[in-house]
Amino acid sequence: MSETRGLEFWILALFFALFVVFLYGPLSAIVILSFQGPDGGLTFPLNGTSLHWFRNLTERQAVGDFGGSFRRSLTLGIGVMLVTVVVSLLAGLAFRRRFLGATPLFYLSVASLVVPSIIVSLGIGVMFQQVGLRPAWYSSAFGAHLTWTLPFGVLIMFAVFNRFSPAYEEAARDLGASAWQTFLHVLLPMIAPMLIGVGLFGFTLSYDEFARSLMTSGTYNTLPLEIYGMTTNVTTPVLYALGTVTTLFSFLVIVATLGAIVWLGRRRARGQGTA
Amino acid sequence: MTAAANPPALPMSEPDGTLPARRLARFGRSAAAYLQAAPLALILGAFLLAPLAMIVAVSFWDYDFARLYPDFVLTNYIETLGSAVTWRTYLNTFKYAVIVWVLTLVIGFWVAYFLAFHVRSQTMQMVLFLVCTVPFLTSNIIRMISWIPVLGRNGLVNTALVDLGIVPAPVEWLLYSDFAVVLAMVHLYTLFMVTPIFNTLMRIDRALVEAARDAGASSLQVLTNVILPLAKPGMAIGTIFVVTLVMADFITVQVMSGGQSASVALMMRNQMSLLQYPAAAANAVVLLAIVLLLVAAILRVVDIRKEL
Repeated sequence: MSETRGLEFWILALFFALFVVFLYGPLSAIVILSFQGPDGGLTFPLNGTSLHWFRNLTERQAVGDFGGSFRRSLTLGIGVMLVTVVVSLLAGLAFRRRFLGATPLFYLSVASLVVPSIIVSLGIGVMFQQVGLRPAWYSSAFGAHLTWTLPFGVLIMFAVFNRFSPAYEEAARDLGASAWQTFLHVLLPMIAPMLIGVGLFGFTLSYDEFARSLMTSGTYNTLPLEIYGMTTNVTTPVLYALGTVTTLFSFLVIVATLGAIVWLGRRRARGQGTA
Repeated sequence: MTAAANPPALPMSEPDGTLPARRLARFGRSAAAYLQAAPLALILGAFLLAPLAMIVAVSFWDYDFARLYPDFVLTNYIETLGSAVTWRTYLNTFKYAVIVWVLTLVIGFWVAYFLAFHVRSQTMQMVLFLVCTVPFLTSNIIRMISWIPVLGRNGLVNTALVDLGIVPAPVEWLLYSDFAVVLAMVHLYTLFMVTPIFNTLMRIDRALVEAARDAGASSLQVLTNVILPLAKPGMAIGTIFVVTLVMADFITVQVMSGGQSASVALMMRNQMSLLQYPAAAANAVVLLAIVLLLVAAILRVVDIRKEL
């Protein structure tokens, strides 16, 4: 494939560029509109520029509680992330061996991915109600989010271990490492970047989840529920300011994660170079 | 610490292991596998299987405005399946699923094909792939409402169209219409098609493409005879994602149609807000059966475990 770029390349490149514009265009529209002047409305043109709506966001709202819902979503996201990483890693290790029920468990994970989220939400909500437990964001919603993040984590770990050569572990064992030492010093460093990726999925999928929180979050809203409430009640650009802030936060999380993965990769490459 | 002191770590072919020792080792290894799989099984059991069993049970219960009565009645199913509204809603949901599936498949394939076969440096490939991925890790609701200032009556598109003299008055069907619903769904779900297809395309042996070229195939022939058939598993997995996401969608339909269109999940959502849980549960069972049948049909074509 060393010939010069043909017409096909340029047509596809243009198509790809349009796709990227399609992805980011609307998002940039609300970012721009969140700097709307104090008298501006929900649509273009900009009626002056200001930080009015961002300030408005920090003030007490007539409806909703932005700060509280952000803290809840953040806590929930971190909790879901930690559980997703640990449970997916363990399950990935388990699937390397044959064990009774491996295939049903694998398909149960796939099922968890395809069962409509509103059905999970309804089921957990009604189950808690019938058992006499009060649904809350840290219990029922936590479980509901895991049914969405775990299958991603498990499938990623499954793919990782499909490509993972057992030769490294055998070498470590031949050199006298215990099972735990092999895991900690050989396996874990090699799959660390993928685990960070699983963590990113766990956090962002939980942080942005709406349908699964709907029936399970109880009295206090998570952030997506709060934003949804605002779409029906709020008719000022404060909605866009909130959108800009949460999107910026997501971007920061993604950049930090990618940075961590690149840093790990560099460190490993250096380690190999000097060893 | 030596390996011999730690039976589960013994390699399978330990030559001097006596029979009981080897049995113990095997037992230790499989016990470890069960312990490792247990958290996943417990969580999915408690938060997926048990709630689904609950839904199936509740779908046969009786209810009034205040509470549910454990029972075995078929009225929830009879009322749901006997109503023309339900059938129209299912039909509408299928319509969205088919249109969005075709669009995401076409867009997703070309994007993945461009990334896999036309971007030459691996770094550039990863960067462009991430550019596609990032929006999908942000809030769906924000991405949805971001269409409002673009498509609305005084939105960007309408302003441009009127200013350029293409249309005399703002186009009304851009927002709060089936068009807007499909557009938003394609916007939200295309990555679920791009990723699996890209993954499959990256695993195609480039020698196959070279061989086809050497044998005199044109670009188009390489595409239709080599790449497309090999991309099918990725397309199948993408299809599972997109179809199940669209079938389960209620928020896109609600926000982007402005309440003028319905989907099965939105119908359930409305029943839930009226506390008609058994009616919603009956709908859930029907929807779940349809989704699982669709997925099972697709899984007959592709073995997910091999594609990971």
